[in-house]
Amino acid sequence: MMNRRNFLKKAAAASAMAAAATMIPGILFASDQVDDNITGDINWTKGPCRFCGVGCGVLIGTQKGKAVAVKGDPNSSVNKGLLCVKGYHQIMCTSSADRLTKPLVKKNGKYVETSMEEALDLVASKMKETIEKHGKDSVAMYTSGQSTIPEGYVASKFMKGAIGTNNLDCNARLCMASAVTGFLTTFGADEPMGCYEDIEYANVFVLWGNNMAEMHPVLFSRMLDNRLTRKNVKIIDLATRTTRTSKAADKSILFKPQADLAIANAICYEIINNGWVNNSFVEKHIVFNKGKTNIGYGLEDKFKFKDKATPIDFEQYKTFLEGYRPDKVEAITGVSAKDIKYLASLYGDPNLKVVSYWCMGLNQHTRGTWMNNLVYNIHLLTGKISQPGNGPFSLTGQPSACGTAREVGTFTHKLPKGVVTNKKHRELAAKIWKVPYDRIPDKPTYHATEMFRAVDRGDIKFIWTQVTNPLVSLPKTGRYRPAMQKDSCFVVVSDVFPTPTSDVADVILPAAWHVEKSGMYGNSERRTQYWDKMVEAPGEAMPDAWMTIEIAKRMGYGDLFPYSKENHHEEIYNEYRQFHVGKKHNMAPVEVLKKQSGVIWPYIEETGKSTQWRFNSKYDPACDSTKEFDFYGKPNGKAVIWQRPYEPAPEVPDNEYPFWLNTGRVIEHWHTGSMTRRIPVLHQAVPNAYVEFHPDDAKQMGIRNKQKVKVISRRGTTVLPASINERGMPTKGQVFVPFFDESMLINDVTLDAFCPISKEPDYKKCAVRIEKV
Amino acid sequence: MPIKSYVVFPRTGEKNQLIKLLENTEHCDVLPSSNKEVLVLVTDTKNDQQEEALHQALDNINEIEHLNLVSGFSEKVSYDEQKKLS
Repeated sequence: MMNRRNFLKKAAAASAMAAAATMIPGILFASDQVDDNITGDINWTKGPCRFCGVGCGVLIGTQKGKAVAVKGDPNSSVNKGLLCVKGYHQIMCTSSADRLTKPLVKKNGKYVETSMEEALDLVASKMKETIEKHGKDSVAMYTSGQSTIPEGYVASKFMKGAIGTNNLDCNARLCMASAVTGFLTTFGADEPMGCYEDIEYANVFVLWGNNMAEMHPVLFSRMLDNRLTRKNVKIIDLATRTTRTSKAADKSILFKPQADLAIANAICYEIINNGWVNNSFVEKHIVFNKGKTNIGYGLEDKFKFKDKATPIDFEQYKTFLEGYRPDKVEAITGVSAKDIKYLASLYGDPNLKVVSYWCMGLNQHTRGTWMNNLVYNIHLLTGKISQPGNGPFSLTGQPSACGTAREVGTFTHKLPKGVVTNKKHRELAAKIWKVPYDRIPDKPTYHATEMFRAVDRGDIKFIWTQVTNPLVSLPKTGRYRPAMQKDSCFVVVSDVFPTPTSDVADVILPAAWHVEKSGMYGNSERRTQYWDKMVEAPGEAMPDAWMTIEIAKRMGYGDLFPYSKENHHEEIYNEYRQFHVGKKHNMAPVEVLKKQSGVIWPYIEETGKSTQWRFNSKYDPACDSTKEFDFYGKPNGKAVIWQRPYEPAPEVPDNEYPFWLNTGRVIEHWHTGSMTRRIPVLHQAVPNAYVEFHPDDAKQMGIRNKQKVKVISRRGTTVLPASINERGMPTKGQVFVPFFDESMLINDVTLDAFCPISKEPDYKKCAVRIEKV
Repeated sequence: MPIKSYVVFPRTGEKNQLIKLLENTEHCDVLPSSNKEVLVLVTDTKNDQQEEALHQALDNINEIEHLNLVSGFSEKVSYDEQKKLS
């Protein structure tokens, strides 16, 4: 029998072992120390971790109605019992003293506690009144890649099916929209073709601007384990900053910001020039296209862009690549021709299996769609795709960026199946939602950045945010914070904790946290994961899905939301599943999800199995079985190699603003820090943001470690302590700042330029100057 | 009352001696890595006095090169208090 104190000691030990594993690759502890053998009166329930897109399986320990402990789920094939430091400590945020438990309504500039009934009445009446006065496109919802699948689904049904506006977008626009448009343009179908099991088969991992040691630590540990136990496994870190990942990698290659476009093209040049093309694969399964060039950066309000695909042939593509000979791109990229040739040789070697991983480095990029296309080009030229250990794999940042934002479709252009511009897709949605077909508008409206610009312009007069903190996470918050404070827009914020976004709300609705409600998430590898409510939410806190339903009922749409309070998550999921019936995207039934630690779609009803590798007829029953590979997202079954050039960033360092600014995350904190900064151990580990310098730059400017400096751009300023030779080291002429700290808002400084195709902002590149305080 | 865990880096060549010292230090459990010069230390004290005394004891162990706090379970700390800490 183990008492709670002994359990906590075990949990503390496990956390330290996990931390050691991320600091020291390959570290082992005696198995008897790792095996906890927990028994006693703690009740363990499975679920996915609350935090990142890896989707680790966790077991939450509850005792006397409280969540008291977390351990990794040994039955989860994602993490096999391992967790990172955030995962181990996740439940500790729920007991934060400033937890939102009662609705708050702003009256005469002050927040007044009210009942949930009253608050919901007010929100519904304000939304209705706004629509009556200004039209349905004057109201908007902004949700999250952390919303559960049912939460995202009812938000989409409410906005698009009930109200009839496409004014719904989500924070996943900020992290993986470029991955979506990359998949759609190349394959005609979203989400990775492979799965995490690729790690056990691959010989080479090329990490494109992806600090996996901190951002996807459990997957990184799996890679390190494989390197220890198998021969001929290499990790190559290709980045603009030296990180913990670089230190653990076999080779670290540093490049100049934005130059990844040229590097990828140079790799393709080398593959072709050395005769490493898989000709049979290319002939059978590939077509070539080029798109528009000089496509802009979206810096102006109401920016519009539509790409146009023009077919080309292989010879034209080869001619285009002549401009990217490795020695020609050395100056742009800062990477030696030798290193580019080395990378190409790894991809080109038919005896090596290669997985490319990326996340924000490629996606948060003004040419993010292009960069996704270019990595696919490399894998398509070599035929290294859709097989165990061979494939391109875009990782997601949020726990349900795939399951909710991409699959349910909480973007302005999306429906639970397909897009609003497609008549058949609108007809299907109208049929399942039981709404008139013409109620669903056929044109997208505002993507995330443009949505907040519309708030600033006064075009949006009511906005409701759920499970997100845009006034810390948006780029150029210096514009959007005052915008949200304007009297012209009524702001409703649903959240678990107060945030800088709730600070500007007219109504704050207290939300249930992760294990205080039931739900499903979908992780990076197409895995849908179910969990049951484990503890009661405090006070009047309520699941976000139920808030949406309550508002819909109050606005007269009750007949469209006939779900029960107790089981709405399951009823909603069963309705949602109808959208994906068929071999290409079949979702597992709830009964199956309840038993397993996640199921990868397409779920094969006949065998009860997941589809681990799509587009390969050996593994994927949706393929034409007469072909070895079938990229069935495209009508002709062929993937596209896109001709995409290098184009510079919209703002580059100059005499006035001589440094590149790169922003990102740290392992201890989850995105804007609203949860992890309330977990004492994580907060104490990294209590504030900082600005990393290259030691030569710091020396030249006479800046010492911890000295406070101003980071200044054309948009704003923030003051942070300097960090030199600590966690990470940017290249010379670049500084790096993590964005989790609401008291040092680096997004006041960043630029709201975005990829014209995906509309995803670029948080990795703008120009700043540094001043000593 | 805090339960804490640390990743402990011994001075070069002092891992085994450090394990012995920590095993003989009150309120300490030691979990050595089996293949690296690193230990995990879990401490469990009942009150502030014990915690303070333990800190002093750890400070006096020369074999410790670096002590990295990872985890702490104790009384609630409000977010405002945390902000003040930072």
